[in-house]
Amino acid sequence: MIRFDHVGKTYPGGTTAVEDFSLTIDSHASVVLVGTSGSGKTTLMRMVNRMVDPTSGRVLIDDEDVAGVDPVKLRRSIGYVMQASGLLPHRTVAENVATVPLLEGVSRRRSRSRALALLEMVGLDHRLGDRYPSQLSGGQQQRVGVARALASDPNILLMDEPFGAVDPIVRAELQKELLRLQSELGKTILFVTHDIDEAFLIGEQVVILRPGGEIAQQGTPAEILADPADDFVESFVGSGVGKRALHVDEVSGQQVVLDAGDRPVGVLREGSRS
Amino acid sequence: MSWVLANLPLLAERLLAHLGQSIPPIVLAFVLAIPIAKLANARGWLRGGLTAGAGLLYAVPSLPLFIVLPIILGTGIRSTVNIIVALTIYGLALMVPSASEALRAVSRDTLQSATAQGYAPLARFLRVELPLAGPALVAGLRVVAVSTVSLVTVGGVLGVPSLGMLFIDGFQRSITAEILAGIVLTAALAIALDLLIMLGGRLALPWSRVRGEGVR
Amino acid sequence: MSQLLEAFSWLADPTRWSGTDGIPTRLLEHLWYTALGVVVAAVIAVPIGLLVGHTGRGRGLVVALSGAARALPTLGLITLFGLWLGIGLKAPILAFVVLAIPSLLAGAYSAVESVDPRTVDAARAQGMTEWQILSRVEVPLGLPLLISGFRLAIVQVVATVMLASYIGNGGLGRFIFLGLQLQDYPQMLAGSILVVALALVLDVALRVLERLLAPRGAARG
Repeated sequence: MIRFDHVGKTYPGGTTAVEDFSLTIDSHASVVLVGTSGSGKTTLMRMVNRMVDPTSGRVLIDDEDVAGVDPVKLRRSIGYVMQASGLLPHRTVAENVATVPLLEGVSRRRSRSRALALLEMVGLDHRLGDRYPSQLSGGQQQRVGVARALASDPNILLMDEPFGAVDPIVRAELQKELLRLQSELGKTILFVTHDIDEAFLIGEQVVILRPGGEIAQQGTPAEILADPADDFVESFVGSGVGKRALHVDEVSGQQVVLDAGDRPVGVLREGSRS
Repeated sequence: MSWVLANLPLLAERLLAHLGQSIPPIVLAFVLAIPIAKLANARGWLRGGLTAGAGLLYAVPSLPLFIVLPIILGTGIRSTVNIIVALTIYGLALMVPSASEALRAVSRDTLQSATAQGYAPLARFLRVELPLAGPALVAGLRVVAVSTVSLVTVGGVLGVPSLGMLFIDGFQRSITAEILAGIVLTAALAIALDLLIMLGGRLALPWSRVRGEGVR
Repeated sequence: MSQLLEAFSWLADPTRWSGTDGIPTRLLEHLWYTALGVVVAAVIAVPIGLLVGHTGRGRGLVVALSGAARALPTLGLITLFGLWLGIGLKAPILAFVVLAIPSLLAGAYSAVESVDPRTVDAARAQGMTEWQILSRVEVPLGLPLLISGFRLAIVQVVATVMLASYIGNGGLGRFIFLGLQLQDYPQMLAGSILVVALALVLDVALRVLERLLAPRGAARG
């Protein structure tokens, strides 16, 4: 369980990234913080592994204040995936995945076999293990980033716009893969994005942030869609402009779904869920 | 200090001689480097070769160059022409790669839009490309100036009059003040030229002052 | 041109290649002084440069220092130290160290600074200590620039060692200054050829080393 308890962050220059933020994330839940740039979402996420220390309030993991934990030890116990994979360009893929186990003193051979197994787990051929990151595609690099984050078998996974830099088709693939992984592993995931569709896809709980880390609305995707708290949320999720208000019309014997502007967005099929 | 006061005319004479050997190489290197760089940028192999050659040339110590050059130039070893040619070569070794880089950094889009507006090639080069490369060219010229002023002193060991003679004379006659005066004057001359070029650059390229955010 | 031929016949004379004032002895002296100066300077400058690069503190000072050092005339420092410290190794070594420090300092800090900050951020987020970030990420990735700093320092000191022969030290510069005294131009030429050859060989060797030590996998910019 991760708990933000009235945290705030003001930088020495005087800019306030986060005013006063409180949130509890249950174990094994996947929670998405979504907001535009300046909403403080990344700052909040980085408070969990002490990449940022709050200037007020506390962050607790399983009721223990992280401020009292050695940052290096804390970071090794938490998986972290970032936008630009952040892989070490001078180490092979397998060595990158094994970074934390190697730092923790696990033998080279055991780290390597674990790294290769993890590569398979995130959907990569283990033979890619001996390549360098620059020899991989962007999507493959992000998969390696996920494998690296999982290497120490952490309870918590922090994901900072992990699929933001890849093209839409690859992004959709990676999102599906993450959902599959999560159904197998049941980690506590804190995910940050500016893409509301991604937030609704990944998050069991979605937290929409206003600038300064103020919570505009928090709930399941269905709750937010059904009952947007205010105009800000409405415009953010797109229901204000009619993108989410759909209706059905019959065209050549098919139930076609149209948006508020009568543009077709899909076809309704009975009982098909996948 | 008293030595300095008693020898002000000598110091002034050495300073002038020093300046006389510093300015021509700095100016020549700058003026010659731009067309060479422009030519090199048009041909990849030439650019690669010149950059590599310039790097190697800069590794050659100055005194041996002062000694070898007279064979080719037919000048005497104590001739200031010899010093000026040698330092122009060093200046080019620094300035050609720097100018080539500066010209390459000018945005292709800007140049194409200039062509589209009807600039002839030469006018485009003089009125668009050169001014835009200006700030980087000025930065390169400043390095050339400081390095040249410092290298002129080496001619002192060969007996070419410059501030470098103060080191030789001061050492042989054990006058610390003379050596110190030489060091201070050389450094001051280098810094003065550096500032002058910087200010000149700002006057000639007024927009370069407002840069700094965003660009690079 | 005949003087050039004389210089080569001076070099080809077998008696020059042995004895306490022969070319091999002078060459070894030259290399020994260079190594001594660069190693002492590196012990001082490299840790400071790495620290400046890693923390980002004192960067302005380092830039100003290496700029100011370029304005200092080498010959002035050598004669000044020679007058203060007298005959012996102390004066020239001090000059070599002072002149080698700026290149090494700049090489070390720019090596660390050249590393993509996102890579460093990721390494920190994985739980590397600051020391591990420096030693396992920043130094290996910045190695070519660090070596390039060494190359510039070595080339600079080779030239300075030559000038230091003027105040009575060994090294290949001896031939040049002896030739100057005796008005023996071919000997000056021969000494010059030797110094240039040494500088070029060292420069090229270090450039090759830069290439070889560039981390595999990392795209070179």
